[in-house]
Amino acid sequence: MSRAELVGLLISVISFGTLLYLAALGELIAEKSGVLNLGVEGTMAMGGVTGFLIGVQSGSAWFALLIAALVGAVFASIHGIVSVVMGADQVVSGLALTILGLGLSAFLGKDYVSSAPGAKFNAINLGPLSDLGVVGETLFSMNGVSWLAIALGIATWFMLSRTRMGLSLRAVGESAATADAAGTPVVLTRMIAVAIGGAMAGMSGGYLTLVLAPGWNEGTTAGRGWIAVALVIFGAWKPGRVLFGALLFGGLIALEPRLQTLGLDVSPILMSMVPYLLTIAVLIVLSIRSRNRPSVAPAAIGLAFRREER
Amino acid sequence: MLGENGAGKTTLMNVLAGVYLPDEGTVSLDGVEHQFNKPADAIAAGVGMVHQEFRLIPTFSVAENVVLGSAPTLVAKRAIEDEVAALAERFGLATEPGRQIWQLSMGERQRVEILKALWRDAKVLILDEPTAVLTPNEAAELGRITSAMADDGRSIIFISHKLDEVKEFCDEATVLRGGKTVAGSLSVADLDAGAMAELMVGQATDVSQRRSRTSEIGNQVCSVTDMMVHDLHQRAVVNGVSLTVAEGEIVGIAGVAGNGQRPLADAIAGLVKLTSGTVTLAGTDLSTSQPSARNAAGLAYVPEDRIGVGLAPKMNVTENAMMRAYRKLSSGSLIDRDKARANGERLVSEFNVKVGQMDSPIAALSGGNLQRLLVGRELDNEPKVLIAAQPTRGLDVQGVAAIQRILLAQAADGLGILLISEDLEELFALSDRLLVMHEGKVVAEVDPDTATRSEVGRAMAGA
Repeated sequence: MSRAELVGLLISVISFGTLLYLAALGELIAEKSGVLNLGVEGTMAMGGVTGFLIGVQSGSAWFALLIAALVGAVFASIHGIVSVVMGADQVVSGLALTILGLGLSAFLGKDYVSSAPGAKFNAINLGPLSDLGVVGETLFSMNGVSWLAIALGIATWFMLSRTRMGLSLRAVGESAATADAAGTPVVLTRMIAVAIGGAMAGMSGGYLTLVLAPGWNEGTTAGRGWIAVALVIFGAWKPGRVLFGALLFGGLIALEPRLQTLGLDVSPILMSMVPYLLTIAVLIVLSIRSRNRPSVAPAAIGLAFRREER
Repeated sequence: MLGENGAGKTTLMNVLAGVYLPDEGTVSLDGVEHQFNKPADAIAAGVGMVHQEFRLIPTFSVAENVVLGSAPTLVAKRAIEDEVAALAERFGLATEPGRQIWQLSMGERQRVEILKALWRDAKVLILDEPTAVLTPNEAAELGRITSAMADDGRSIIFISHKLDEVKEFCDEATVLRGGKTVAGSLSVADLDAGAMAELMVGQATDVSQRRSRTSEIGNQVCSVTDMMVHDLHQRAVVNGVSLTVAEGEIVGIAGVAGNGQRPLADAIAGLVKLTSGTVTLAGTDLSTSQPSARNAAGLAYVPEDRIGVGLAPKMNVTENAMMRAYRKLSSGSLIDRDKARANGERLVSEFNVKVGQMDSPIAALSGGNLQRLLVGRELDNEPKVLIAAQPTRGLDVQGVAAIQRILLAQAADGLGILLISEDLEELFALSDRLLVMHEGKVVAEVDPDTATRSEVGRAMAGA
């Protein structure tokens, strides 16, 4: 592999990693509060289509990304209202959100399928750092969204482990009744978590249509939202491990079109199954590990909360 | 706060802690009247309560659980751990603030609950049967902690039904019975255990209700020998129990809830494993048999949780009625719907269960109807022995009478019954022999014809 090819591969890994990490981080926040959101794929599609449309209309990539995040937050809030406020089944509600999002995004974007992208991000110039060989060249090519994703990851870790808000959010996800007795507003906390999660999924979708594969096509999310859901499990609900997983899974996606040039005789179809196989393997490890200690999964995940009537 | 199960101790304290609203009456602290609409109101006024079921998050550290709900905006791990450690030290509570709850013993978890109340600066601390989950050493430790808090000027309300503990831990005692105060603010130092036990259980007044035997007691049909059962925490919850039941005999088991009655019943029925010992029915050793095999051998079980364990609330009357007999009501792997329905209708009419529709969920039925359906189903296979756990709990007067009539009629027909109840009146009225359980052991066996209630009450309290 030439040096240029290697840099190309690394950039591709980071790009797909960014895409997956944004969505997975959002899902992690929602799940930490006890809400499983299977609507990530649909929310990404909604963020993708609005991000692209706003990009074409406004010409500002950052503005388009912001709108994609807002649309994601609003869209995920549908799931929040149905499953958190009304107490409906989280699995059914989340699946419905994905189906709705895929359909609605296809409808909204049908006139823009062949449009040229209207906005793009520039790489952030790191000055002398970009001279540091392959690593420097790769980092030199990273655009602001990748840096933002890393910043969000650190912020999420800090929020969850070092702030009152994080303590409340985790408590709500472990035992809503205990958190309620301690005076934490359960429904509000979960709604906020779901909305933030949706914003990140929307942002991820916007990143896809603005940066990774500029343009809009129906079904452009191609199951990346589902990988994000799997990633949260793979990363054992920890922002740092999810980042590692995002780069690993992103790497697998980046390798797919390069297998032939690398002389590896592996079917890309088989490759695309690897993230899920790894996730199943992690699930097994986690369940063995939790035989004599509590599971790492938030204990209240999937459980609707209703205060006991007296 | 002393009283039997169901005397109203926990309910009264839940009013003080803001969990329940009183219909009448007032709550005053330091002469100021308060109305607590929710627990947070009581906490703000300085009332803390440690419930019997701990409200702790297992994967959180001690410090995180303590500060939850009143944490600073930024939660620095080390800082809150130091603060919690300092608070614990002030009251002599041994704790490790950095450890997670799931790694702690029940006694340590209880100390975390106490710390939660102290963190919110509770002036009045209510402990609901705090020693029920503790080892004797931990109970002694708790005594030191409550003294330290009392010395600090805080009031402690200690709910118990154990006389020796009240003697040891408390300055004053208030005795509740049947939701009423029978004696308030007694000086514990002036009371002996006998007087307190009598206040707690009342005088025997209804000897006339004692049933008269109509049939002879036959041969021994069921025996339990040296039964040991351990719970998930490896505590011996049934600790070497031996008992026998004969044909036509009703053997009562008295005891305060949580002294091993439930695991005893579950272990006889095959729902939990025996650590050691045997269960024999009509000469057959069933100690390791599956529940279905025990049922087929003639063992019927009316469990304490009639909904959930006994009956499936979302399934309909027909389905619930066939749960023991589904093999007989099927041809091959298909359920014969007509037979199943006829089976349900027969039980419903035989046991006078009032149902709306045979195919509507049973969740809508009243407690009495549910229990008659359950008892009817369990008796349908002509069992030799019935374990009836709290069979009349929560039922209204007619419901209680109906179940008791069924039990007496069945005993007269030769059924051996192991009757586990917290209702002493019921046990005295129905039992031929009465065993008392305390801390997983049978501590007394009495003849209900001659024994007094205070004698049984004292055995129940471990005195």
